[in-house]
Amino acid sequence: MSERGIGASVLRTEDARFLHGLGEYVGDIALPRTLNAAFLRSPVAHARIRSVEIPDAIRDRVFVAADLADVKPIRAIASLAGYKASDYPVLATDKVRFVGEPVAVAVAPDRGEAEDLIERVAFDYEALPAAVESLEARESGAPLVHEHWGDNIVHSGVFQAGEIDRIAGEAAHAVTRSFKIGRQAHMPMESRAALAHYDTRLDEIVVYNSNQMPHLIQSGLAQVLGIEQRKIRVVSPDVGGGFGLKIYVEPECVVAAWLARKLGRPVRWIEDNFEHLTADANCREHRYTITAHTDAAGRILGVEFDVTVDAGAYSIWPWTSAVEAAQAAGILTSAYDFRHFRATVSTVATNKPPIVVYRGVARPGVCFSEELLIDAIARAVGREPHEVRIDNMVRPEQMPYTTVTNKIYDSGDYPTCIRKAAEMIDVPAVRARQERGEDDGRLIGVGFACYTEQTAHGTSVLSKWGVELVPGFEPARARLTPDGELVLEVAIHSHGQGMQTTLAQIANEVLGLDPTRVSVRFGDTSVSPYGTGTYASRSIVMAGGAVAVASRSLAERIGHIGAHLLQCDRSEVRVEAAEVRGPGGSVDFRTVARAWYAHPEELPPDIDREGLTVTSGYRPEPDSGVFSYATHAAVVALDPELGSVEILDYVVVEDCGQAVNPMVVDGQVIGGTVQGIGTALYEEAVFDAGGQPLNGTLADYQIPGATEVPDIRLAHMSTPSPWTEFGIKGMGEGGAIAPPAAIGNAVNDALAPLGVELTQSPMTPRRIVAALEEAGR
Amino acid sequence: MKAPPLDYVRPGTLRAAIAAMAEAGEGARLLAGGQSLGPMLNLRVVRPDLLVDVSRLEELSRIEETAGGLRVGAGVTHSAIEDGSVPDVTNGLMRFVAAQIAYRAVRNRGTIGGSLAHADPAGDWAPAMMALGASVAIEGAGGRREIAVRDLIADVMTTALDPGEVLVEVIVPRLSSDARWGHYKLTRKPGKFADAIAVAVSDRPRGRHGVAIARPSAPPRPMERAAAAMEAADGWSEALDRDIRAAVAADLAAEPNPDPDPVQRRYHIVTVARAARRALAQ
Repeated sequence: MSERGIGASVLRTEDARFLHGLGEYVGDIALPRTLNAAFLRSPVAHARIRSVEIPDAIRDRVFVAADLADVKPIRAIASLAGYKASDYPVLATDKVRFVGEPVAVAVAPDRGEAEDLIERVAFDYEALPAAVESLEARESGAPLVHEHWGDNIVHSGVFQAGEIDRIAGEAAHAVTRSFKIGRQAHMPMESRAALAHYDTRLDEIVVYNSNQMPHLIQSGLAQVLGIEQRKIRVVSPDVGGGFGLKIYVEPECVVAAWLARKLGRPVRWIEDNFEHLTADANCREHRYTITAHTDAAGRILGVEFDVTVDAGAYSIWPWTSAVEAAQAAGILTSAYDFRHFRATVSTVATNKPPIVVYRGVARPGVCFSEELLIDAIARAVGREPHEVRIDNMVRPEQMPYTTVTNKIYDSGDYPTCIRKAAEMIDVPAVRARQERGEDDGRLIGVGFACYTEQTAHGTSVLSKWGVELVPGFEPARARLTPDGELVLEVAIHSHGQGMQTTLAQIANEVLGLDPTRVSVRFGDTSVSPYGTGTYASRSIVMAGGAVAVASRSLAERIGHIGAHLLQCDRSEVRVEAAEVRGPGGSVDFRTVARAWYAHPEELPPDIDREGLTVTSGYRPEPDSGVFSYATHAAVVALDPELGSVEILDYVVVEDCGQAVNPMVVDGQVIGGTVQGIGTALYEEAVFDAGGQPLNGTLADYQIPGATEVPDIRLAHMSTPSPWTEFGIKGMGEGGAIAPPAAIGNAVNDALAPLGVELTQSPMTPRRIVAALEEAGR
Repeated sequence: MKAPPLDYVRPGTLRAAIAAMAEAGEGARLLAGGQSLGPMLNLRVVRPDLLVDVSRLEELSRIEETAGGLRVGAGVTHSAIEDGSVPDVTNGLMRFVAAQIAYRAVRNRGTIGGSLAHADPAGDWAPAMMALGASVAIEGAGGRREIAVRDLIADVMTTALDPGEVLVEVIVPRLSSDARWGHYKLTRKPGKFADAIAVAVSDRPRGRHGVAIARPSAPPRPMERAAAAMEAADGWSEALDRDIRAAVAADLAAEPNPDPDPVQRRYHIVTVARAARRALAQ
């Protein structure tokens, strides 16, 4: 292993610009003659449009759906049985289906002026009853979001295996609970943003857009705008957080691109926090009812699982709103070994903003529900919750293990992971403290949560959903420059994950070039080969694997030239430490590059004419995903008068196989955990019964800050995946999965003496006090 | 979002500011620190025709310690009070309150007079000033007057200021050196708007006991019965805690529109009880 290669905590290359405020985001890009766009958005959740009237004086600066008649609606498809696609117009046509849906757009030199123009547009509509709550919206007779569907069911299905009905009859206990994980906003520090201009020289629209996957957005824009892909270039510069939000074709971005071509001037739209909180896509909002059938000791024999996902008004492109519920059913076994289940899944359209995946996708909801249920089982059978978990876990000797839902766990030791967490959080000490009581009257609770996380799942998984763009071989291009250094061009993105550093470390592992001599380029369709981008904790596995393969091919070519320069046989030389080393001496990469680029007369006669640029594709085999896992454990103090919760201790024990950069892994785990604390205790996009968003500013929408986050104590295990380059597993999302469950269990443990149990996130003081009031405590 | 079109003036004197306000009438708003008004302008929920910027008026940033207490200019910032640039006549209460307001960046610009005149029901200064028995000086075309803070706050976001009047000074009576105070701010996180703020002041040598509460759903108010319970007690006891909770419940029930929400009521009662405990239990 090289000192600066895989496994080294190399300082991040990207940090110099970020820490000095020199990052370049869409909002930093200034183009001459830019117009700023502002949108007229629906003030109501559901209405039929009567008219949108624009005064003549401003008609040339305001545009409505009829002006964009050549733009197609955004339509995300899937082959899931019974799935209903929705047409998502970039500007509303006949109806508006959520508060904040774009109706018209105005452009002006300045955003404030554009907003002034919008105020002069008269929007007349006939308000319709709104479908707001998913459980009501799925019933017949509910207001219809898309009339021609006949109901509001985007997709529903039943999956089962084993003999769940027999198990239900035989089990000692049946423990049932209903759960809800709240709707959230993603709240990246950088909001969504688009800046488009028409490049007459290249005859292409250049779209600067803050996203995680420039190539997919390029394909989506081409489809919706009805123009050739070669005539669209998408640049996603520095991105201030994606978290899953920035994977979809945004109506506002389509409109900006259309306007730029129409007006022949750059058009910019920068989402503000009010728009993000009242009009942008949301996430989460799953409801679960789960029954676990167990033996007398709490060993789970079978599970009945019902999930309803509130999808909002439209499916986002490309992966639809149906993937969350489908994923929820697939991952319901978590770290546990049982062979009987039935899962009923529904994805329901409502008059709320569309949902799009968020760090962990369906896993935080599934983890919250199932892990709270396991604690309920433990209380029912009178055992320590972590011991009940250990008894139920897949054991290391069962690996690779195929779940009853057909996921293949490649490797891992789940029981050791939770034992380590239990030791670190010191369960006996917490129990003793609970016994003693607190001077300030607060109640102490401890909670655990475990998860497994499928990462870098590819063709075999996404092709089953029949979505429009299925990932295949991940590309990477490696170029030795004329001065003997390296450029890597990759199709993933990096918005906090440190890929600029870690991919260079992988190249270093193969070629020995120091990471500071490697440029990693991404985020621009004109720079890198086409690939599907960053999502599903895939980038280090996929692009990392591709960089390894490309670097090896490049090493082969470098070695060939180097051997010739050293006047020895190819078999006699090694490529290492950025040199070609032979029996009698060595040549460095600069000398090799000089031969190819400047002095071809020195090249061997059988030279590979592709030169010192290599494009490779990589996919693990099998590509069903490799599974990271972790246990989180939390100790909380709960104020029984006011419902406030303080996290006293927080422990994460995780295993992501071979860590490429342990410092980056720590950062990802901590960052994810902080977001998970938000889900657990703070964040919720609240709507009233009519579908009006109630917390449109950060005064109302609460996110955890430095004062709410405890020191998060980490421990690591490392079980390399047998299926990937270097045994790497993805891990970017994991931190966000378990906190709602671990903290939720700790809250319920604290409340157990009062006979109160919560089943909904976030567990706000208000919810806790309301439950206490209801219980008369 | 960005602010709607409006006019802006920055008069050089208080007299000129008052004249500008009088001339513009109902459509004018004073701009001091802008920490509340600024976001409201950008969200377009307030739409004044004219902003009269008084943030640089030297006349509003005067500070004078008197035998009876303190006269602090309306334009003095929260951070100036937090940092001790204002003489301490309240045994540290004002510094403590100032340090609780929002975040430092807000405190650097936000002003004590602006906060009181804005009358956000979750504002920090009103309950403290009510518990201290403070008053304010107001100037307008019709001259100068002084009223108690409890009379200044007429309702949620509504004051007794007439159009064209400017709150110029806050007048804080001096606490005796033996006086005690307790403060409890219930908020999801430091810096956020409070679910409830209670301030309790017990100045036995001067015979003054004040308790007041602020919360988002109703204007800040003195809690007379709670103050009386505190006055009747001799130091802290569990019995006093019960008395105060009962007194607060009675005070809340006597309000014009008692909050029907049991969770809110619990917040309010506990917040006042904890402020009283902090005042008396050390």
